[in-house]
Amino acid sequence: MSELSLELKDVRKSFGRAEIIRGASLKVPKGERFAIIGPNGAGKSTLFNLVSGRFPITSGDILLNGESIVGLRPFEINRRGLSRSFQITNIFHRLSVYENLRCAVLWSLGYKYSFWHRLNGLKDAHERAEQVLEQIGLKRRRDTVAGLLTYAEQRALEIGITIAGGADVILLDEPTAGMSRSESDAAVELIRKVTIGKTLLMVEHDMSVVFGLADKIAVVVYGEVIACDTPANIRGNQKVQEAYLGGHAPVAEAGT
Amino acid sequence: MNTITMQTTLTYKPINLGRWIIWGMFALILIIAPMIFNKGASLSILSQIGTVMIFGLSYNMLLGQGGMLSFGHAVYSGLGAFFAIHAMNLASAGSMWMPVTMIPLVGGLAGMFFGILFGYVTTKKSGTTFAMITLGIVELVFACSLMFPEFFGGEGGISTNRVYGEPIFGVTYGPQIQVYYLIAFWLFISTIGMYAFTQTPLGRIINAVRDNPERVEFVGYDTQWARYLTLILSGFFAGISGGLSAINFEIVTAENVSALRSGGVLLFTFIGGVGFFFGPMIGAIIGVFLTVMLSDFTKAWQLYLGVFFIVMVMYAPGGIASLIMLNLRVAKYGKFGRVWPHLWKTCLLALIALVGIVMMIEMLYHLTLESVNGTTMKLFGSMVDTAAPTGWLIAAALLAVGGFGFWQTKKGFSQVWGEVSTEIEEQIRRAGA
Repeated sequence: MSELSLELKDVRKSFGRAEIIRGASLKVPKGERFAIIGPNGAGKSTLFNLVSGRFPITSGDILLNGESIVGLRPFEINRRGLSRSFQITNIFHRLSVYENLRCAVLWSLGYKYSFWHRLNGLKDAHERAEQVLEQIGLKRRRDTVAGLLTYAEQRALEIGITIAGGADVILLDEPTAGMSRSESDAAVELIRKVTIGKTLLMVEHDMSVVFGLADKIAVVVYGEVIACDTPANIRGNQKVQEAYLGGHAPVAEAGT
Repeated sequence: MNTITMQTTLTYKPINLGRWIIWGMFALILIIAPMIFNKGASLSILSQIGTVMIFGLSYNMLLGQGGMLSFGHAVYSGLGAFFAIHAMNLASAGSMWMPVTMIPLVGGLAGMFFGILFGYVTTKKSGTTFAMITLGIVELVFACSLMFPEFFGGEGGISTNRVYGEPIFGVTYGPQIQVYYLIAFWLFISTIGMYAFTQTPLGRIINAVRDNPERVEFVGYDTQWARYLTLILSGFFAGISGGLSAINFEIVTAENVSALRSGGVLLFTFIGGVGFFFGPMIGAIIGVFLTVMLSDFTKAWQLYLGVFFIVMVMYAPGGIASLIMLNLRVAKYGKFGRVWPHLWKTCLLALIALVGIVMMIEMLYHLTLESVNGTTMKLFGSMVDTAAPTGWLIAAALLAVGGFGFWQTKKGFSQVWGEVSTEIEEQIRRAGA
């Protein structure tokens, strides 16, 4: 398991004169589940935006499966096997749930921009979309327009779109944000189920989700990864305690 | 044995039957339309509707399916028309071989070529920026049309004679009926082609780009490339419609590549309905009727067209197609009987108010523009003196009665409509859950 899926080397990002990410480094081995935690405004989502190519980085290097992905566009990074979800639900509102998923699988199955295939004749795309539909538990809502789903269902669809293409590296940005306890428990089960054998990076505020899912936890404070360790070690880490107690959300309490 | 019967039942798809019926009906309508509408200019109007239908459908590939608001779609149909008409002139001079039947293809390829050329620039951006660039392109091409009179024919345009070469099976394309069937043939093929496009991977991805371009980039697609390819294909079909209009009118002028023509197709497509595939076809029928027929009856036709467009945008943004589909949905759930009493009353009163308004507008136009030749005019079959108060009083009374009645019945209608819609949505939800 020494092979790295994702590696961040001293990544920096400035917006104007404000440096938001200040030399973040992280090594994510293949097949591990990482949770990224940290106080609000620490740069967790920005880090995701840099890795997925939404924003260009100012300096440093990001390696996906050993190859640099700096300067690539989001779709190029996606084609290399990295897929992400969004904190604010980002789905195709006017398409049905099934069509949402089918759109998400088309590229990975090699159909590209084809206008000579008949969509309904593509068995593999159909089967893959149905399979994901089953996994995310939206089979009964198959033909509902995505914009009419409930919030929790839209979040599930968001995860579905993210994993449908079969990427090996999955980035989930606050997958359980705004969910009730039972909904978030269901979401944790879903995430566990769909990320088997994949590398997972997840930004999450809910500590029960973090400690329930993650193999390792990376703590981001002021644009730096100040600690990256197993959940047990993170809980006892002095630096983390200080960062959180220094006026931010209490981690120790939530983690118990 | 059991498994075999299972499999045969599974492969049976009743939906295909419906598809054959719809396309068969469409073909049948195209064939018998000139037999039903056989008076006066109706054949040339039908021909024109056919070309505008192709144009509108190709425009809706951008607007309805791709969310690309183009102000310059006439560039592709217009340039297609110019290339088609030059091909016809060359062919009749004997310097190249090209039967009239295939001329639309010349237009299509030209439209496609300019789609490749201009689309590369326009589709680099989306949304408002895209709209702005298309407006720039159409102005540029229009300006060029006056700068290169050898190709565009200057103010007078380029004219041709569509009757050339040896007739094939007696078809010379001299009589309008033969041109109509040529247009109907190409309309049928193009409609199938454009409908098929909506059922392909690119056709679906362009829907996704319309809904959420950002997310598309994160499922592996370059949104710019998807928009570009769609625009090229749309340019192809627009070019076909341009080629057909060159054959139909035997003249192509700078107006064919103008912003005015581009605005027209936007208007018609929107009125027809961008949310449904067949919307632009309805839009084409209404559009041609309004521009060709209405302009024969009244000088104020552009005013009516503008008001109609504004009313549609404000109260029925889904266009005529969505109005039809909504009513069909109500009928399908067996609730039309409840809506109908309110619907016809509301429509009747709206019509009364409309007659009042039309009377006023017509009288005003007559009074201000033509009163030198006498103040009386013919209005809805009777003579009215626009300078006397009688006509104005009748118009005002109609407007007042219709307007007030409409305002009253509208409440009841929207209440019943709301109830019915909620019930149907509830039913759909329960069926889904």
